[in-house]
Amino acid sequence: MADGDTLNDPERRDFLTKATTAVGVAGAAAACWPFVSSMNPSVDVLTKATTEADLSGIAAGEVRTVSWQGKPVFIMRRTEQQIAAMQASKGGFDPEDDQKRVQQPQWLVVVGLCTHLGCVPTRGDSGWLCPCHGSVYDDSGRVTRGPAPKNLEVPPYQFVAADKIVIG
Amino acid sequence: MLNKTIAWIDQRFPLTSFVKHELTEYPTPRNLSYWWNFGFLAGFVLVLQIATGIFLAMHYKADINLAFDSIQHIMREVNYGWLLRYLHSTGASAFFVVIYVHMARTLYYGSYRAPRELLWWTGQMLLLLLMASAFMGYLLPWGQMSYWGAQVITNLFRATPFIGDQVVIWLRGDFAVGDATLTRFFALHYLFPFLILGAVVIHLVALHTVKSSNPSGINLAAKDNIPFHPYFTAKDFFGLGVYLIVFCVFVFFLPDTFIEPANNIPANPMQTPPHIVPEWYFLPFYAILRAIPDMFGGVVAMALSILIFAVMPFIDRSNIPGGARYRPVYRIMFYAFIADVLVLGYVGAQPPTGFAVPLGQVATFIYFAMFLLLPFISKKEEQWLRARGLPPALQELFEQRSPRQKWNNGEGGK
Repeated sequence: MADGDTLNDPERRDFLTKATTAVGVAGAAAACWPFVSSMNPSVDVLTKATTEADLSGIAAGEVRTVSWQGKPVFIMRRTEQQIAAMQASKGGFDPEDDQKRVQQPQWLVVVGLCTHLGCVPTRGDSGWLCPCHGSVYDDSGRVTRGPAPKNLEVPPYQFVAADKIVIG
Repeated sequence: MLNKTIAWIDQRFPLTSFVKHELTEYPTPRNLSYWWNFGFLAGFVLVLQIATGIFLAMHYKADINLAFDSIQHIMREVNYGWLLRYLHSTGASAFFVVIYVHMARTLYYGSYRAPRELLWWTGQMLLLLLMASAFMGYLLPWGQMSYWGAQVITNLFRATPFIGDQVVIWLRGDFAVGDATLTRFFALHYLFPFLILGAVVIHLVALHTVKSSNPSGINLAAKDNIPFHPYFTAKDFFGLGVYLIVFCVFVFFLPDTFIEPANNIPANPMQTPPHIVPEWYFLPFYAILRAIPDMFGGVVAMALSILIFAVMPFIDRSNIPGGARYRPVYRIMFYAFIADVLVLGYVGAQPPTGFAVPLGQVATFIYFAMFLLLPFISKKEEQWLRARGLPPALQELFEQRSPRQKWNNGEGGK
């Protein structure tokens, strides 16, 4: 047993108060975690992670929109001129080689959400224009006019057949 | 019997003294104009929004497959459902009208000055809570504008450094706005009004500590204060009558004024409407967001455009009482600022092309320049006014010392 002097030692009392407070605060903070975490995507939402897309029937120069994780994905079959034009340029604000953005030059696969605030850009004669804030993207999905800071995102995908891809 | 009951309560709860202190003996400046009605009106609108909202929630379904149709159900099949919904949707706009007038009055008369800084800041907190509630409520009908408004605004959080993408997914509970988003927005839209109610209590405690400001800008002598009840309850209820006439014209004759036509189309995550606009009360801030060509800069500028009002008590360095009333330069600035906000509101409603772009940038520059110039202008203006000689009545007030000096000397407040 501690004697009276030890019990009345102010430094000891002070240390114990601070240590108890620290453990209490840490415990309260840890108890918040389940609540915060519950707001993240649930398991069933996460299982929506892949989408299979059939490429047959998309004409040259045509864009098809499929849904992946609830987001639109543009699949575009590019013409020879479009491929040549895109390979010749580096884009605008966020320079990137066209070759790095495609697996096969005739197929462009990009997430159809403006990297600014997430509107779906509309297809123009060439490239896309975001109706919300006026960002412009070329036929490689690269931003050529702001305010969008980045190129359209290329989702992870792979060809499982000559005319079929799996996104995600 | 009644007296006995009240006496019984008073022994256990300070009922009579509370009513006396906060109502029947609460001293209120006798020179308050109708511009001082808007705080009471805001309280009324809050209560009406909560009441209509609770009854709407009894029929609404927060599920992406049912939400849009449940609004149609409310409009067509629920007894007086149309009335509840139009009161609620019109009430949202009315709330912002009342709050913006309330803020404009505070700016015009300099009511934010010492000792009312905390009153001003709690009011600002209320504005932010109101904006959050309005934004989340707007998603619930699950129309095209609802969906894309929520998509764009949640995307603003992508500007968070380092963890932007994770923050956005966390807020939505999905990779895009979806069912999880709708359900949590409904839960929070139900919660926030009660947070607002709590913040209103704090706002009122601060008000009853420092008392109402008044058009003269100085603390009146005791003889110039009159009890809140019956004098200002009568005045507030008269104002309420006028307000209700205008409000009912919109509810019963022009209920679609504040409902975007595109919101009568169910949400489609694959297609953005050709021209999306936020609700009118967000337009000036939306214009500021778009005026900055850089995403991070735009988000910061928009947040700053609301938060910057907090520094008003510090950057207004004039000691002349009465706000714009006795300060010609400040008055010009006030009206120029209001005009600038209206221009921003116009720009916010336009597509982001052509003339609207530079106009929005100039208006954004003027918006912030006003705040940056105010410290110098307010000081110079005071020197100029005093050198020119104040009107005798004002000179007398000024010699009694301005509220700020009084406060600094520890005599302010009650």
